[in-house]
Amino acid sequence: MNKIKSLDDLKKMRAQAQTGINVREKSIDPASRVQVKVAMATCGIASGAKEIMDFFIEQLDRRSVEAVVTQTGCMGYCYAEPTIEVTLPGQEPVVFGDVDKKRADQIIEMYIKTGELVDGIIPVNYRTIDK
Amino acid sequence: MSKYKMHLLVCGGTGCRASASDAIVENLKKELNNQGLDESVQVIMTGCFGFCEKGPIVKVVPDNTFYTEVKPSDAKDLVEEHIIKGRKVERLLYKDPVKKVTVSDEEGMSFYKKQLRIALRNCGFINPENIEEYIARDGYMAIGQILSENTPEEVIEIIKASGLRGRGGAGFPTGLKWQLTRQTKSDQKYVVCNADEGDPGAFMDRSILEGDPHSVLEAMAICGYSIGADTGLIYIRAEYPLAISRLLTAIGQAREFGLLGKNILGSGFDFDIELKYGAGAFVCGEETALIHSMEGKRGEPSLKPPFPSVEGYLKKPTNVNNVETLANIPAIILKGHKWFSSIGTEKSKGTKVFALAGKINNVGLIEVPMGTTLREVIYEIGGGIKDGKKFKAVQTGGPSGGCLTEAHLDVPIDYENLLAAGSMMGSGGMIIMDEDNCMVSIAKYFLDFSVEESCGKCSPCRIGNKRLYELLDRITQGKAEFDDLARLKNLSEVIKDTSLCGLGQSSPNPVLSTLQYFREEYEAHIIDHKCPAGECKALMVYSILEEHCVGCTACARACPVGAISGERKLVHSIDQSICIKCGACFDKCKFDAVLVQ
Amino acid sequence: MDLVKLNIDGKNIEVPKGITIHKAAKSIGIDIPVLCYMELKDLNIENKPGGCRICVVEVEGRRNLAPSCSTNVEEGMVIKTSSLRAMNARRTVLELILSDHPKDCLICAKSGNCDLQDMAIRLGVRKIPGQEFAEMSTYRLDTSPSIIRDMDKCILCRRCETMCNDFQTVGALSAVNRGFQAVIAPAFEMNLEHSSCTYCGQCVAVCPTGALTEVDHTPDVISTLNDPTKTVIVQTAPAVRAALGEEFGLAPGTLVTGKMVNALRRLGFNYVFDTDFAADLTIMEEGTEMLNRLTKFLNGDKDVKLPILTSCCPAWVNFFEHQFPEMQDIPSTARSPQQMFGSIAKTYFADKIGVKREDLVVVSIMPCLAKKYECQREEFSVDGNPDVDFSISTRELAHFIKEANINFMELENEDFDKPMGESSGAAVIFGTTGGVIEAATRTAYEIYTKKELPKIDFEELRGLDGIREATIDIDGFDLKIGIAHGLGNARKLLEDIKAGKSHYHAIEIMACPGGCIGGGGQPLHHGDSKILKARAKAIYKEDANKPIRKSHENPYILELYKEFLGEPMSEKAHHLLHTHYFDKSKKKFQI
Repeated sequence: MNKIKSLDDLKKMRAQAQTGINVREKSIDPASRVQVKVAMATCGIASGAKEIMDFFIEQLDRRSVEAVVTQTGCMGYCYAEPTIEVTLPGQEPVVFGDVDKKRADQIIEMYIKTGELVDGIIPVNYRTIDK
Repeated sequence: MSKYKMHLLVCGGTGCRASASDAIVENLKKELNNQGLDESVQVIMTGCFGFCEKGPIVKVVPDNTFYTEVKPSDAKDLVEEHIIKGRKVERLLYKDPVKKVTVSDEEGMSFYKKQLRIALRNCGFINPENIEEYIARDGYMAIGQILSENTPEEVIEIIKASGLRGRGGAGFPTGLKWQLTRQTKSDQKYVVCNADEGDPGAFMDRSILEGDPHSVLEAMAICGYSIGADTGLIYIRAEYPLAISRLLTAIGQAREFGLLGKNILGSGFDFDIELKYGAGAFVCGEETALIHSMEGKRGEPSLKPPFPSVEGYLKKPTNVNNVETLANIPAIILKGHKWFSSIGTEKSKGTKVFALAGKINNVGLIEVPMGTTLREVIYEIGGGIKDGKKFKAVQTGGPSGGCLTEAHLDVPIDYENLLAAGSMMGSGGMIIMDEDNCMVSIAKYFLDFSVEESCGKCSPCRIGNKRLYELLDRITQGKAEFDDLARLKNLSEVIKDTSLCGLGQSSPNPVLSTLQYFREEYEAHIIDHKCPAGECKALMVYSILEEHCVGCTACARACPVGAISGERKLVHSIDQSICIKCGACFDKCKFDAVLVQ
Repeated sequence: MDLVKLNIDGKNIEVPKGITIHKAAKSIGIDIPVLCYMELKDLNIENKPGGCRICVVEVEGRRNLAPSCSTNVEEGMVIKTSSLRAMNARRTVLELILSDHPKDCLICAKSGNCDLQDMAIRLGVRKIPGQEFAEMSTYRLDTSPSIIRDMDKCILCRRCETMCNDFQTVGALSAVNRGFQAVIAPAFEMNLEHSSCTYCGQCVAVCPTGALTEVDHTPDVISTLNDPTKTVIVQTAPAVRAALGEEFGLAPGTLVTGKMVNALRRLGFNYVFDTDFAADLTIMEEGTEMLNRLTKFLNGDKDVKLPILTSCCPAWVNFFEHQFPEMQDIPSTARSPQQMFGSIAKTYFADKIGVKREDLVVVSIMPCLAKKYECQREEFSVDGNPDVDFSISTRELAHFIKEANINFMELENEDFDKPMGESSGAAVIFGTTGGVIEAATRTAYEIYTKKELPKIDFEELRGLDGIREATIDIDGFDLKIGIAHGLGNARKLLEDIKAGKSHYHAIEIMACPGGCIGGGGQPLHHGDSKILKARAKAIYKEDANKPIRKSHENPYILELYKEFLGEPMSEKAHHLLHTHYFDKSKKKFQI
């Protein structure tokens, strides 16, 4: 990696990174990939997030679903760990709580494959500075 | 793709569930079935929307219509009107009580979202181990911007004007702290990030470090530029291994990208960061104790002045800020001090992260604007009290804070209001208690923590807290005398008045606030030898109601100490001198014949 | 000087900026009680943890009470030192401290000399609320050859820690554990004996309570004195005579040499001798060793070890054995006067009076606790029989005198016995910092130049500064002398030597502040450095009054060499009067 040497470099870098992430997250192309984010803070890991993340990586591959599985930090829903966020191409992200392997399986089979919602959705109940 | 064209999201948060959201789901399904729509419209129960006051909530996707106070009987209208005819059911839409306008979609409803995430803006959103995701979210733009546009003095003015105050507990104005450190002349200065989070139940700093480590690194660099420091140190407890590993990854990436190190962004400004590990002593969150610990000395506080801004780490001027405070900095730089100071109350600007714990439904981490009331936090965001119990008190500020009651529910949360009510902001722990919590036991619990965590340097904290604990213990055992209440109060006040650091100056707060608001509970323990909440074991009496007892012997067989005697089919009795109040008999009895008093 | 205006207890005053509330109040006759605070003026020793919170006062406009010992005055302050709030807090805090302190004052070694007891008396505490339910913090008793640690009596004033770490840089004592379990202890809570403790006793000298005390050997001395088969002789160190009187109510700096000798005779010692005799002997040996090394150096010998360091102070010897073992060959090999005395007493003198070694008991009266350890060192014994059997401190002697019904104040002055009671003025000044090197210089000058000193007093070597230096013109040769008292100061000089930066030829080191006059076995100074100064003055007065003021002129020393030892540094002298050192840095870790 070359060092970022100026503010302009940084802005270029940002633009590049945003496109990269947009491709992943908000692509309008329906063929593009699904994104699964697993909350992997200490609290999530303690509740089994690591196993869930492994499950998604393995099962999405096995079931031939084009998807990117990444980790992220704490979403704040301690009462519903492990939590994951699934973004289907062209759609708003949806957060699912209390995700065990059974629910993870449902999420893949129903939500990811068919768009059918499953139990455990946590509505977005906060604002952030982007909005 | 989905076979469903529409989704009906029914709030299944505990509050809404109590108002029959189960029945709503059932009725909606029935109606859809009747209309033959069950194959194209899906009904799903969700978690809490955080608007319990107007619950139950039903949200229609994809048009994002937001219905409030829905009853099971409304199912028919929702299906027939909204789904079939495509007309919104006006009477179920939210009406703004002030503006008298009806709001129909979720966007217009965003005000109900009591949470505003500034410090937590990237947590749960970006991959903390990928610097590019941080950069995509304007990461390192703040440092880039100030390095090219602002003098250090200007940055300090921005922070001062934003009104940001320390989020670690005491609420000292951050900009002023920076200014004081800048003003001290020295060949070497330090920026220290206090990541020694110690309040029981508080973990926002850990979450930020684990979820958004770069925001803290960037803020430290901004601080370094402002005060004239080229070295940053993060004092982090060794029992945060994931936070440590993410920080190390982040520091490595930032160095690799040239965002830490020499000549950052070609500005000539050098700044680098290393970690210092603590062993997890609560008192090391106090900045002088923290500095001593970093120096390899015993982690105990020393007198201020000199303040760290004048004489800190290795006797050099040192600016110590807490993690959450720092996480706000890049946002303030990018969005401006006016934006930040427009949020919050007159003297407390911005937001505060709280860790909700205890007898509350939505246990978790929340971030709300200063000035949000306790009621909003507990009943809206927190989803109310568990198991439909009655709210009794909320403890804020951890072991340094106090217990607030129902009377304080509508107090807007900020530094001043919490202090005035006998508690404090602290680092943001919020423990909710219900009617089953004994307030004397609660005070004892916190004192136990303070006794454990006192460094032992000053006598009032070292010995005084121990004596307070002993007094409280005697009260919960029913062994105290009435005069002990006066002693408890005097001792608490003297400990507050004479202790060396913030730990001892605040450790009696849980005692004083419960003594003030729940004095009758103390008196009940002392005079009547009763624990009204039924929590103090030593004060419970288990007895057998003769008229209910059938002599089944189940209780006698369950009793681990053989305190229950009685012939088969005859009334049993409990020998109080043997009973250890374990409650096994109560659990076993099928005839409600065991009485607990 | 910048002045600050403030009001204390209704009085408007003006005091220098930067002083504490406590000192400002003192300047107008208001004596705010302090407990943990201690200052030894002129010695740069200050213990200011602000920990006990006894000295709190009310400062208008402040949320909390302020510790007056460590809060500086500010312009416009309005202070109340005895408001109800301050007095209630002070009393409550003291009650708290007492609630965690044993109440065995009647049988405590510090009774009558205890700062905590004084405070309880001063505040008139008659009852400790809730004492019957109060848990007390307890800790195992730790006994070493010199010092006893009874941490149950510790109030965590941290004075010992300040002395051990800041002043002595020994680092044997510091606070460990937290909260109610906090205690002052060596690292890993090992016993003092296994730590790097030098037994200097400065912790004991400043301890306000009975938490740190000396190992009392008086009972052993009493039994020995009552054993008819034993001949018991006693030696008294120079600093004892300048301080013993304090224990009997005499002003600091009152010399009580004659009364002390009389008292010792009444206690039953068969011979009352003086360590000063051995101090003169030390000068003969150490002075000769110094001259030898210097002569070699002047003759161009590159391997000669310079500077030469004095070796009279046993705590200092322990210090370099622990901390600078690689520099073992720099200090003089001369034994300390206590040990030279014992060695000569059990050979030369025993022969003279026809008593077998094992029937002769040597007792030393020392201002020092390290001497207790020193006389137990294996190398200072012959077939298990130590050269010096028991060493008791100035304080222990005072108790002994009182216990033996002797009215010290009414005693006539008496003289030491001969031969080992005769000494020069040079020996007396061994008791204070700079004294040993001054004594050595007096002798070295005359032996080297073969001329009489034009002026006996070397004022340039005296004083209380922690590190001092002087250049003495010895017949055209500039003898560069360094002096340090306090092991922290000694450390600085040693680091310089290690780094090759030292320009001295000879260095005197004493472990205690002010030298032996401030020793760990002396009457307690309670933080008053005037007492140390008065003792030093007395020592120099005794020197000035002596008919003989140079060690090499002591006729009994000359006789000793003639009859017994031969020459200084002779083989016999080497055997009896010199020693070797050990590397104690790698001492096995033991709890």
